[in-house]
Amino acid sequence: MDLPLLWFLLIAVLWTGYLVLEGFDFGVGMLLKPFARDETERRMMLRTIGPVWDGNEVWLLTAGGATFAAFPEWYATMFSGFYLPLLLILLALIVRICALEWRGKINSPVWRNRADWAHTVGAWVPAVLWGVAFANLVQGMHIEVIDGNHQLTGGFFSLITPFTLLGGVTTAALFVTHGAVFLALKTDGELRVRAGLLAQRLSVVSLLVAAVWAVWAQLAFSANAFSWLPLVVAALALVGVVLATRAGREGWAFTLNAVAIAAAVALIFCVMFPNVMPSSLDPAWSLTIDGASSTQATLTVMTVIALIMVPVVLAYQGWTYWVFRQRLTASHIGPAEGLHPSNVRAFAAQDAQAQ
Amino acid sequence: MEALDLARWQFGITTVYHFVLVPLTIGLAPLVAIMHTAWVRTGNERWLKLTKFFGKLLLINFALGVATGIVQEFQFGMNWSEYSRFVGDIFGAPLAIEALAAFFLESTFLGLWIFGWDRLPKKMHLACIWLVAIGSTVSAYWILAANSWMQHPVGAIYNEETGRAELDGVGGFFEVITNNTLIAAFSHTISSSFLVAGTFVAAICGWWLVRAHRAGRTDEARSIWRSGAYVGLITMVLAGGAVGITGDYQGKLMYQQQPMKMSAAEALCEGEEGAAFSLLTIGDLSNDCAGVRHLIQIPGLTSYLGTGSFSGEESYLPGVDQLQAEASEKYADQYGTDQNYTPNLFVTYWSFRLMIGLAGFSAALAVAGLWLLRKGRVTDSRWFARLCLVAIPMPFLASSFGWIFTEMGRQPWVVHPNPANPVDQVWLLTEQGVSTVVSPWSVLTSMIAFTLLYAGLAVVWFFLMRRYVREGVEPPKPATDDGVGPEATLSFAY
Ligand code: HDD
Ligand code: HEM
Ligand code: HEM
Repeated sequence: MDLPLLWFLLIAVLWTGYLVLEGFDFGVGMLLKPFARDETERRMMLRTIGPVWDGNEVWLLTAGGATFAAFPEWYATMFSGFYLPLLLILLALIVRICALEWRGKINSPVWRNRADWAHTVGAWVPAVLWGVAFANLVQGMHIEVIDGNHQLTGGFFSLITPFTLLGGVTTAALFVTHGAVFLALKTDGELRVRAGLLAQRLSVVSLLVAAVWAVWAQLAFSANAFSWLPLVVAALALVGVVLATRAGREGWAFTLNAVAIAAAVALIFCVMFPNVMPSSLDPAWSLTIDGASSTQATLTVMTVIALIMVPVVLAYQGWTYWVFRQRLTASHIGPAEGLHPSNVRAFAAQDAQAQ
Repeated sequence: MEALDLARWQFGITTVYHFVLVPLTIGLAPLVAIMHTAWVRTGNERWLKLTKFFGKLLLINFALGVATGIVQEFQFGMNWSEYSRFVGDIFGAPLAIEALAAFFLESTFLGLWIFGWDRLPKKMHLACIWLVAIGSTVSAYWILAANSWMQHPVGAIYNEETGRAELDGVGGFFEVITNNTLIAAFSHTISSSFLVAGTFVAAICGWWLVRAHRAGRTDEARSIWRSGAYVGLITMVLAGGAVGITGDYQGKLMYQQQPMKMSAAEALCEGEEGAAFSLLTIGDLSNDCAGVRHLIQIPGLTSYLGTGSFSGEESYLPGVDQLQAEASEKYADQYGTDQNYTPNLFVTYWSFRLMIGLAGFSAALAVAGLWLLRKGRVTDSRWFARLCLVAIPMPFLASSFGWIFTEMGRQPWVVHPNPANPVDQVWLLTEQGVSTVVSPWSVLTSMIAFTLLYAGLAVVWFFLMRRYVREGVEPPKPATDDGVGPEATLSFAY
C-alpha cells in the first residue's frame, strides 16, 4: 500500500469530519445573534450544540496533528505561509469557545448579549477564512523552493484573490445553511418551523454560490478530469437539500448537506492531487504528496494507531449524538442558572435568616 | 527585536498561560470524579454539592484550557516552521495521537457529563467524568512525549540528504514513548498537578469552613467543607511526597542528560565536589559567573540532587565555564566558536528555587489543616482562612517556574543533543527553528493580539472563578419548590 497516498486520503477524511461537524456548530453560532428572537430561542440554539461542539472541534486538532506527523513539510509550509489568516482563525475560535462556555455563568442580559456577539463574530470569521484557505490550496500559491525547503513567500495579500474570496463566501453559505438545517432537525415548536423556512432560502443561496465556485475551480485550476465526480455529487446533494428543505424532510436535508460538504472537500483534494500545495510561480516548485511525506516508519506507526483509534472515536462520538437525539423544545429551557454578577446568594439567604 | 525573539516571547507567554490552566484540569478532574463517586456510593448529599461546586470551577477552567491549547497546536507550524520540518517525522506523531487518544475522550465525555445528568443512568454518568480525568492524564503523556524528545532525543537518526531528523524505524517510536526523560517528566508533572488541585480544593474548603463556621452555619462547615478539605489535604500529602521523589529522580537524570542545566540551576561557575545548594545569591547572574556570591548555603545538596552523593569524588559537578568550553569545542565545526551554550543564569537559578520554594506554602497549609481539622474539628481561625487564600496561587506559580526552568535551562537548544547515546546531528539551536517567511511584523501583531486577548480572558476567568467560589454551595431548597423539574438536574447546562 502506498502510505503517503493513504495519508493524503486520511487527511481529507479528517478535514471532512471537521467541516461537516463543526460546520453546523459554526452555522448555529452564525445565526445566534441575527436569527434568535428571544432568550429562550438563544438558549435552545446553544443547547443543540452544547454537548457536542468540543468533540467536533477536536477533528481540527487531529487534522492539524496528522498533517504534522504525516506531511511535516506541508504542515510547516502551510502554517507559516498562512500566518495571518490562521491567527485570525485562532483568535476567533478562542473568543467563540469562551463566549459559548461562559455565557450562562452570569445571569445578566448585558453579559449574555456580549457573549452572543462574541460568539456570532467568532463563528463567522472562521467560516469565511477556512474557505479562503482551502481555495488557496486549489488555486495555487507563491511557493518557492529555498535551500531545499518549500516556502510560501507571498505574504497575506497574495492569499486574497476573487477566487479565494468566493471560496470564503461558499463555506460561509454552506455552514450557515448547515446550521439552519441542524436547528430544524434538533428542535421542535416555533423555532423548528422558522429554522426550516430559513433553511429553504439559504439552501438556494448556497447551491448557487457553491456551484459557481466549484465550476470555476474545476475549469481554471484542476489538472484532473476525475475531480468532476465530487463536483457533480456536491451539486446533486445541494439540489437535494433545496428539495428536502421544501418538503420538510429535515433528516434528509441534513444528511445531504453533510454529503455536499464532504464532496466539496473531496473536490478540493482531487483538484490538488498529486500536489498538496501547488505553486502558482512554477509547477516544479509545487509541494507534492511524496515530497512532503514522512518516512515509511512514521507512516506505518500512524496508520496502525489511526486504524485502532478512529473507529473507537467514531463509536463513542456517534453514541453521544444518540444520547442527545431528542428534539429540544422551549419547555426544556428553565430559568437561567447563572449567578448574579455580584450578589452572593448563599450569604444573602444566610444573613436574612440570621436577622 | 527580531522575529526570533518575538517568536520566543510569544511561545513563552502562550505556553505558560496554557499551563496555568492545565495542572488544575489534570488534578481537579480526578478529584471531582472521586467526589462524584462518593456521592454515587453513599448517596450523601454533601458529596453531590461538592461535586457540583468543584465541577463548575472545573468547567470554567476547562473552557480556557481548551481555547489556549488550540493555539499551541498551530504555533509550531506558524512560528517554528523550520523546527517543524527538522523534527516533524518524529515530533508530529505524539501530537496527532494526543488528539486522537486523549482530546476526543476528554471533550466528548465532558459534554456527556455536563448534559447527561438526567439522560444517563447514574453509573454511566459517573463513568463519564472518570473518562474525562483519564483523557486529561493521557493527553499529558503524549504532549510530554513530544517535549521530552526535544529535551533528550532518542529513537532518531539524521538523514544527510534531507538534513532532517527521522524516526529510526518503527522501533524508534517505542524508544520515543519509553524515553526515561518522559517517564520522569510525566510523573513529576502529574504529581505537581495533583499538588495544584489538592491545594486548590483544600484551601477553598478551608476558607469556606472558617467562613461558614463564623456565620453560625457550623453544620455546613462540618459536613460539607470539612469533608472537602480532607479530600484536598490527603491529595496534597500524597502529591507533595510524589513531587519530591520524582523531582529528585529528574535531577539525577538531568545531570546525565543536560549537565549544563544542573550547573546553571546553581549558577555554579567552577566545577566542585560536594556542591552546595544556595538559598540566596547576590551579584550579577546575567551570564557571567565572576560576580556571583552565594550567601546562605546547604552543603552538598546540589551535588546530591545531581549525583546522589553529598561529598567525595563522585559528587563532582562540572562548572558552567567548563561546560561552555567543552561545547564550544565540540560544535565548533558547525556553529563556530562564538556560540554561547550557557542558558540565562538568572532565570534558571531563580526559577529552580521558586519552583521548590513555593511548595512551602502548600506544606504549611497541609500541616495547619490536618492539625486544625483533626478528629472531626472545625475552626474559626482567621489566620487559617488567610493562609488558605495565600496558598492557592503558589503551586500554580511553582509549576510555571518548573516549566520556565526546564525550557529556559535547555537554551540555546530547541532540540538538546543527547550526550549519553549520541545521535549524531540530531540537535537544533532555537535560532535555527524559527520560521523564515514570517516577518517580524506578523509575529509582533500576533504577539500583541494574543497578549491582549489572553489578558482580557484572564480577567474574566478570575472573576468567574472567584464569583463561583464565593457563591458556595446551594442552600437547602425552599419547601415550595415542586421538586425535580428539568432544570434542577441540568444545572450545569447553558
Ligand atoms: C502536562 C500536560 C500538558 C502540556 C505540557 C500541554 N497540554 Fe495542552 N492540554 C492539556 C495538557 C497539557 C489538558 C489537561 O489535556 C488540556 C488542558 C485543559 C483541557 O481542556 O485539556 C489541554 C488542552 C489542549 C488543547 C485543546 C484540546 C481540546 O480541544 O479538547 C490542545 C490543542 C492542546 N492542549 C495542545 C497542546 C500543545 C501543542 C502543547 C505544547 C506546547 C500543550 N498542549 C501543552
Ligand atoms: C506546558 C508546559 C510548558 C511550558 C510552561 C513551557 C514553557 C516554555 C518557555 C517559557 C519557553 C521559552 C524559552 C525561551 O524563550 O528561552 C519555551 C520554549 C519552547 N518550548 Fe516549552 N513549555 C511547555 C511545554 C512544552 C511542550 C510540551 C513542548 C513541545 C511539545 C514545548 C516546546 C517548546 C519549544 C519548541 C520551545 C522553543 C521556542 C522558544 O525557545 O521559545 N514546550 N517553553
Ligand atoms: C522537592 C522539590 C522539587 C524538586 C527536587 C524538583 C525537581 C525538578 C527538576 C530537576 C526539574 C527539571 C527537569 C528537567 O528540566 O529535565 C523540574 C521540573 C518541573 N517541576 Fe519540579 N521539583 C520540585 C518541586 C516542584 C513543585 C512543588 C512543583 C509544582 C507544584 C514542580 C513542578 C515542576 C514542573 C511543572 C516542571 C516542568 C516539567 C518537567 O520537566 O517535569 N516541581 N522539577
